[in-house]
This record gives sequence, structure tokens and C-alpha cells, in this order.
Amino acid sequence: MNASWSRFNITAIVLGFAFLYLPIVLLVIFSFNESKLVTVWGGFSTKWYVSLFNNQGLMDAAWVTIRVGLVSATLATVLGTLAALALTRYTRFRGRVLFSGMVFAPLVMPEVITGLSLLLLFVAVGLDRGFFTLTLAHITFSMCFVAVVVQSRLVTFDRSLEEAAMDLGAPPVKTFFQITLPVILPAIISGWMLAFTLSIDDLVISSFTSGPGATTLPMKIYSQVRLGVTPEINAACTILIGIVAIGVIAASLVNKRREVQRLRDEQAAQRG
Amino acid sequence: MTRALSAITNRLVILVPYLWLLFFFLIPFVIVFKISLSTTAIAMPPYTPVLGLADGFSGLMSQIGEFSFDNYLWLTQDALYFNAYVSSVVIAAISTFLALLVGYPIAYGMARAPATIRPTLLMLVILPFWTSFLIRVYAWIGILKPEGLLNQMLLGTGIIDQPLVILNTHTAIFIGIVYSYLPFMILPLYSALEKMDYSLIEAAQDLGCPPISAFWKITFPLSLPGVIAGCLLVFIPAVGEFVIPDLLGGSQTLMIGKTLWNEFFANRDWPVSSAVAVILLLLLVVPIMFFQQAQARAQEEGR
Repeated sequence: MNASWSRFNITAIVLGFAFLYLPIVLLVIFSFNESKLVTVWGGFSTKWYVSLFNNQGLMDAAWVTIRVGLVSATLATVLGTLAALALTRYTRFRGRVLFSGMVFAPLVMPEVITGLSLLLLFVAVGLDRGFFTLTLAHITFSMCFVAVVVQSRLVTFDRSLEEAAMDLGAPPVKTFFQITLPVILPAIISGWMLAFTLSIDDLVISSFTSGPGATTLPMKIYSQVRLGVTPEINAACTILIGIVAIGVIAASLVNKRREVQRLRDEQAAQRG
Repeated sequence: MTRALSAITNRLVILVPYLWLLFFFLIPFVIVFKISLSTTAIAMPPYTPVLGLADGFSGLMSQIGEFSFDNYLWLTQDALYFNAYVSSVVIAAISTFLALLVGYPIAYGMARAPATIRPTLLMLVILPFWTSFLIRVYAWIGILKPEGLLNQMLLGTGIIDQPLVILNTHTAIFIGIVYSYLPFMILPLYSALEKMDYSLIEAAQDLGCPPISAFWKITFPLSLPGVIAGCLLVFIPAVGEFVIPDLLGGSQTLMIGKTLWNEFFANRDWPVSSAVAVILLLLLVVPIMFFQQAQARAQEEGR
């Protein structure tokens, strides 16, 4: 094993991870910079965080972003899970090719196209642009990511469990909630988190589909970045990174605990 | 009773997401195409409507007569658009190749790592994807600026005596795309390489095949599905990328996503930006179909 994991492999991994993480680490470090220049270290300070929380515009945008994220991630998870079920459980129905195309295409569709087309739809049906249209747009692109995540779990799911439950007289809906759902729940949770992150992160589609009064944090950050790099933005970014990191680490700990529990249960079952 | 109920739930499982995607994904494209055929007007919305059903069938027919391909003609007349399309494809292709070059050794190293640390390595590749795209692109501005961290470091160590101009060049865009899309390249490569049977390599080497040609004859062909999936996942979105060329490429960079954005937000020309979107979509239809087929095949294999 050690011979095959050679020095070359280790070097590749170390360099690769340095490339992936160094820019983010530098960004976080310079958010604590005393100096207004982002690239010259002037001593440790948290003043940019203070000024961030006093920036009403930025705080309003953060609030809009979080609300859109929560609502759209939840609905996208429901729709995406349904789409995943439809794709894995029903191998034959009219228009299945079109359906799988519509699930996979948004994953790679350039955002400018999705954004423009959704905007033109909202204008055509006469919806006022704002919080509502923003949420609809976010649901649409993130549900496809949820579908892919949940589908990958469903493919490996042991259908005989469901069949056993139904043979014992459980109705399909009850079978779904008592057998299927608990098994695919980790995938659904990571799907929700992915949808939430995609939503709070999105700039392009949001810029097309939101209207006055519904500015999101990325839109605000983008307009400030165009004027120049400031430590305040670094501070805002650091907080966002912190929230996401805590969420991801918490989720992986929960997953690990479930895994350990499952192994213990299996061992107990074998002994008993 | 339960049978009828379950038939209804079966229908709903398919119908709800189907109708949602039909309405919010497919129909919008039809509208984009429709508006790309209309003419610009100073109004809100800023185009003359085409294909309203208000005047009944005869009205519809007369409106079809008013379809105008002027916007498409305009795209061919101004060299700006053609150059933007070409340069988008070239920049995306070069970036995809660079991402493959950077991602392959990482994915290979991960696949050969001891099985106990593989999940951790995988997690570490996915983690940056969870942090904001915009933030990750923004982080590079501070590094690549003329007075940025990279130049400070290189000047400080005496490797160069003039600051390098990287920001607002194509190099900066390449770095930005490779950096932002690297997890998309690594993940499919890793899953292809992890499944591989490495005793094949040992057999080849026992038979006297040098490591490099063993790589090209065995490892690379077996990882080809991962290579294709990874390249498509990077190439397709990169062609229409807006944020990276806008923030790292400066004002001189021509990329079609940026052109569309400016046409829409700066010139407020909705019909022309729709036409730009339609052509971009046509350009990407073939790679997107390849991608879908690869996805469907992977799904069949996983079954």
C-alpha cells in the first residue's frame, strides 16, 4: 500500500489542497487587518466586523438572502426528492427522456441563460420582480442538484425492504415514510444544505430575477467589489465561510454518529 | 381504495416536479426564443410583443409574418459578438485542459491513498465548493493585483524585480476558472480511478511495461469516463461564465456571458441579449447532450 501511495501522490495532494485552500485562508486572515489596504498587514483588529454590523444596507441584504435561502432550499428539497423518486422508481413513463433532460441540463446550464429566461418568463406572466420571483428562480435551479444527490442514494437502496413492508400490509405512503425516508434522510439533508448554499451564493440568476427592494448579499458584495477590494467585504465573506463550515462539519458529525450507531446495531443483531 | 390512492400518489410524484420544470425551465427558453425575434422598443418591457393570443388565430398568423431575424443579422454584422463566442470557447477549452492537468494527479493521489483517509480527502475537495463562488473569485483579486500578495512575495524573495501584470489578463481568467471548477474535475476522475483494479498495473509492470506507458495504456483509458464527465462539467458552464471574466479579466476581455450581461443590464436591449442566449444555447446543445448521456449511463450502471 505504502509503495503505491508514493511520494508523487502525496506531493500532488499537498500542492492541490494548498491551491484549493490558500486563497480562502488569506482572505480570512486579511479580514482581521487593521490597515485599510487589503494586502498590507497593519496589525490585528476586529473593527471591520463592527463596521460590517453597522452597515444597514449589508445587513438588510443578508436578511433577504437568508429568507430566500431557507424557503427555496426547503421547497427545492421536496421537489428534488420527488424528481429523484420519479427518475429511479419509474423507468417507463411518457416523456421520461425529456424529464431526465430537464433535471440534468440545469446542472451545467450557464447561469446567464437561466437567469435571462426566468426573467422573461416572469415578465411574460406579469409577476412583479422581488422576493417571490427570486425564490421561484432559486427553487428551480437548486432542485436539480437535490435530485442528483438524492438519486445517487436511491440507486443503492435495497428495494426488498419496501417490498417486505408492503407484503406485511403497509400501504405505499406509510412504507415511504417509515422505511424509505429514514434510509435516504442523510441524502435529503445534504441535498437541503447544498440547495441552501447554492441559494445564498447565487449572484447571476438573482441579479436577473430580483427587483428593487430584494437585493441579496452576493449582489451587494458584487457591486462593492467592482468599486474596489475592502476589508469589510473580507469580513462579510469570513462570516459566510464560517456559517457554511460550521454547518458542513455539524452535518458530517451527525452522519458519522448515525454510521457508528448503525454498525453497532448490526453487530448486536448478528450476536442476538 | 388504497390502490386508487397509491395510483394517484404515483402520478403526483412524477407530475409535480415534471410540471415545475416544464414551466420554469423549458417554457422560459421558448419565451427567450420568441423575444429574440421581436424588435427593440423604448417601453417596459422593452420589446414589441410577438405571438400574443389576444387577437385570435388570424392575429397570430399576422404576427408570425412580423417575425424579425434582425437581431440575428445584427449579431453577424458586428464582429464583437463573433469574437466573443470564439474567445469564450477558446478560453473555456484551455481552462478545461489546465483543470484536467491539475486535477488528474490530485484525483490519482486520492484514489491511491489508504482507504481510511479517503473519505477525509474527499470531504476536503468538496468543502471549498460549499464556500461562495463569488468569494473564491474575489479572494484571487487580492492575490493577483499588481501590488497584491503574489507580487509582494515574488518581489520580496527577489525572484522578479518588476511586478507581474496578471490581473485583467487571460492568465487571471484561466486561474479563476481552474480554481473555481477544480472540484467538478476531481470528483468524477476520482470515482473512475477509485474503481480501477490496480493489479492490472502490477501485471503490466511484471511483464516489463515501464510505468509511464503503463499509465497511458491502462490507467488513462480506464479513467476515460471520468475524464469526459469532468471536462464537460468544467467546459459547459465555463463557456457562459460571467463572474470570473468580469472580476478577473478586466474590461478588455471578451466572453459571451459578459456580453450578454452588458447587453441586458447596460444597453437594456432585451431582444439582442435573447438572441445572444439562443446562439450560446445552440453552441452548447451538443456538449450538454453528451453530458446527459454520460449521466444516464452512469445511472444505469449504478442500478
